[in-house]
Parts: sequence; C-alpha cells; structure tokens
Amino acid sequence: MEGRETVMSDPAIEADGLSKSFGEVVALDGLSFRVPAGSVLGLLGPNGSGKTTTVSILSTALRQDGGRATVLGLDVAADPARVRRVIGFAGQFAAVDPNLTGRENLTLIGRLSRVGRRQARARADELLDGFGLSAAAGRLVRTYSGGMRRRLDVAAALLHRPPVLFLDEPTTGLDPESRFALWDSVRDLARSGTTVLLTTQYLEEADALADQVVIIASGRVADTGTPAELKARFGTVVFYLGFGTPADAETASLVLAAEGYRPERAGTGLKVRSDSGSGAVTAVLRALAGRVPDPVSVSVREPTLDDVFLTLTTQGGKAA
Amino acid sequence: MSTITLAPAQSLVARQPVTGRVAAAFSDTIDVAGRNLRTLLRTPQALIFATIQPIIFVLLFRYAFGGAIRVPGVDYVDYLMPGVFAQTVAFGAIGTAVGLSADLRSGILVRFRTLPMARIAVLGGRTLADLARNLLVVAVMVGVGFAAGFRSANGAAGLLAALALGVAFGYAVSWGFAALGLRVSDPEAAQAAAVPVVFLLVFTSAAFVPSTAMPGWLQAFGTHQPVNALVTAERALILGGPAAHDVLISLAWSGGMLVVFALLAARGYARMGR
Repeated sequence: MEGRETVMSDPAIEADGLSKSFGEVVALDGLSFRVPAGSVLGLLGPNGSGKTTTVSILSTALRQDGGRATVLGLDVAADPARVRRVIGFAGQFAAVDPNLTGRENLTLIGRLSRVGRRQARARADELLDGFGLSAAAGRLVRTYSGGMRRRLDVAAALLHRPPVLFLDEPTTGLDPESRFALWDSVRDLARSGTTVLLTTQYLEEADALADQVVIIASGRVADTGTPAELKARFGTVVFYLGFGTPADAETASLVLAAEGYRPERAGTGLKVRSDSGSGAVTAVLRALAGRVPDPVSVSVREPTLDDVFLTLTTQGGKAA
Repeated sequence: MSTITLAPAQSLVARQPVTGRVAAAFSDTIDVAGRNLRTLLRTPQALIFATIQPIIFVLLFRYAFGGAIRVPGVDYVDYLMPGVFAQTVAFGAIGTAVGLSADLRSGILVRFRTLPMARIAVLGGRTLADLARNLLVVAVMVGVGFAAGFRSANGAAGLLAALALGVAFGYAVSWGFAALGLRVSDPEAAQAAAVPVVFLLVFTSAAFVPSTAMPGWLQAFGTHQPVNALVTAERALILGGPAAHDVLISLAWSGGMLVVFALLAARGYARMGR
C-alpha cells in the first residue's frame, strides 16, 4: 500500500500481515489493519472471508501462522495471558451454559476472569440489569430465547470491564428488537471508551455502529473506509423496477441516467442504487412519470454484501 | 493476599502474583468443577442412565446368568460385585469425553480460552466433577449390591479400599477420555468412540466370569490389561486374602495411565488453538 495514514494515538488493536491456514484452506492471507483506541471497527465480510479467524487470533483463542498482532501493545502470540486480562470476547455462537441460570453463568465467568467473588456477583447483577435480563436472572439459560442468550453472552464478555471488546457476528440470528437493543449496548460501550471490534455480514450494521469499516474477502482487506465513504460508493439502498418490455426498461434507464442516477438494466429489469435512503424511490418514480409506462413491479432492499463485492470486483466494468 | 480489591474494576484484572498462581489454578478448577456438577444435577437423565446400566448388570448376572456361573469357593454375588464396581467406573469415565466434546461444540471452551483463568482448570475441573459423579454412582451400586445379597467378607475397610482403588482408576481413565473429547466436537461421536474400548476391556477381563474359561489368546489379552488388574485387586480387597501385590499392579496401571493421559489431554487442549 502507498503511504501510511498518520496515527494520532496508539492503536488499541493492530494486525500486521496476519496469515492462517487450516490444512489446504487459506483463511487469512496477509491481513493488516489497526483500530484506534476508543473506536469501533466493523469487520465486514461474507461467510468464509476470515472474520472469525481474525477475531479468534486477536482474542488468543487461535494462533496465527504468520504476521503479528497486538492488543494494547501486547503481542497476542507471545503474551496471551496478559492479553486475556484486557479483552472481552463473545463468539459467533452464544457460549453460555444452558444448565446454569443467567446469573450463575455471569458469576462463573466473573470468577474465572478473576474479579473476585463479591465483585463478580455485583457486576453480574449490574449487567443483567443493563441487558434487560434481570427478570430472567434466576432462570436456567436453556429456557431463554436466542436473543436473550446472545445478550447474556455479550454481558459475559463485559464482566471484567475489558477495555477492548471482540464481538463475532453479535446479531446474527437475532430478531430486530434484540438486534437494536444490542446496537444500543455497543454504542454505550463505545461512548464509555471501550475499543470494539465487531464482525458482521450486514452493511447496515457496520453503518450503524462502526467508526471505521474494513471489508475483507478471502482473508485480505478488500476495502476500507468510514461508513459514509462506503455508502457513497455502494449506496444505502438498491431498488428494482420491472417493466413490461425491454424497450420500456431501456427508455427508463436513459431517463434516469439523464437525471444523474446510474441504473443497470438487465432484460426488463432495472437496478438503481441510491445513497439517499428509500425515499429516493419517490423521486425516481416521479422522474419516470409520463415519460415511460409505469413499472409493473417495484422492490427496495438494502445493498447486500453481494452487491458490494460485485461492485468491488467489477469496478467500472458493466455487468451485461 | 489477593490484589483484587473491592474498588470498581476500572479496567484491567489485577495481575496475579506468582505465589498466587497455584491457589488461583486450584480455585479455577473448583469453579469449573462446580459448574459441571450443577449441570449434572440439572440433567438427572444423564445420571440416571449412568446408574441404570450397572444396575441391569447386577440384576442380569445375579439372577439371570448367575445360576449357571459357578466360581469355586465364593458366592457368585460376592464375586460379581467387584466386577460391577470396576465396570461402573470404567463406563462412568466416558462421561468425560461426552462432556468435553459438548463444551467444544457449544463454544464454551473457546470462551474459556480467552479468559485469564488457569488453563489447567478446564480439564482439571471436568475430571474432578466426573470423579465426584463416579463416587455417587458407585455409592448407589454398593446399595444395589447389598440389596442383591452382596457382603464384603473383608469388612468395610476392604470394601472402601476397593472402591477408592476403582475411583482412582476411573479418574485416570477420565483423562484419557478428556483427550478424546477435545478432539471430537460431537458428543455422540465421542461416546461412540469410547464405548467399544471400555466394552472390550471390561468384557475380556474377569469382571463377570473367571478368565480361565476363555481361550488362551483371549486370556493373554484379558489378564494383562488395566480393567482386569482393577477387578483382581478389588476382589482381593473385598474377599480377603493377600491383596498388596494386586493393589500395587492396579495402582501402577492407574498412575501410568494418569500421567500419559494427562499429558495427551493437556497437549490436546494446547493444540486447540493451532
């Protein structure tokens, strides 16, 4: 890469040329990034891109084959014991014991995190309250919903007030309500100065939480930027217009291009990206009104990682 | 002298002084064992199934086959029960493999790896809890044995010594199954891998019938393996007579297995992160 960005403060997390293979499968292939202290980094990538491997290495659960990683200046491979004192980790699957109660789970993790018996109990109650689990604190976790387990799992990662927190796909499989509640918790943590590295498959989630986003593909950094920069590049919504004939679609495409959009036509369908939210649909339809027969179908969705990667890999080139 | 105070845990966990490491490792082990025992008590099915199998064996061999088995100089039930005690601890040890592979699958082991806890506590706590479970099941089996007419000719001391020997054996084997459980992230697969091994050792030993009735090649194997050494020693302790030699052989097996298996398990745990 050309020219290093100037770093104001020491990074809380730094990965430098990390590589890791599992047999023949290359999971990480020279991954480098840094997370400034007190910021939230979103590690965005599809399944199999190396997100979990990265987080596992940084949280000392896994050892890299090559490269170096530090957390608060501590080398994760050379000094894992000290790294463990400053990190919290919540993996991809809620790693809580179904046969313990919520409170028992937290006090156990607290004891094993060496915060002392009395403090572990106090902290457990504080976190149960903070994550809306007070009412269920005395129930066995096997009776919890998926969302509750997940919140408990994240709470467990916070027990010893770690200054650096790793969250691996914290909202995968959660209902929207639990998802937003968890987002709020992450924001609160960031406000209190915790450095957070979270992985996600959702652009929207990275947008909502991260100060900086690193997109990884095949174990390498594919792109990086602030959510605003990425949004400008990939749009925040994608909508599809279906027309009766390819000719109508082509006309609509020309009309929209003249209005400053960048539509992509495929057969009778038109795909339009916008970074001004789903409200742009109205503007687009208004531009078309009277000039083209009304579209027979309209659908709107957020850009998926597939869209992002298509854009990243076809940069400039038109998909036929 | 703990450096952990009641002040708000501002950020970092206090650094453990070297002198406190052993105490901390012990405390972590107890915490993990406590968690495993709680889990055990809250899934009583597992405990019940662990008890049912040896009970069925007592009933089968005491009442169904027992009439046809003749062991000179001793009531068959008194011959049988030491074998059942050995069978109980040997099969009981399989629980270690099942429990650890369940923890591996659930992701709890990964979480444990990222905590500032003593690493030995994961395995130490698991095997300790399984030792407690084995004690419980063995106690039940003693009750069942008494109900079926079993008496220890050598008195309570002989019986307790025999049971202690058995539980020590179970503890050593637990470490072997811990090594297995760490390599199989599927509890059913771990169980399927462990059962045939235990089955083979228990049924080629003299646990239920004297080895003298076996063909020579089988006898050669059956009498030179750890379950048979345990059965022989337990029987000597319970029935009376010179026991020191047999006890030493069984202890040597258990001690040797403990060292080898603990090293294998510790290495398996360390390799999880490779």
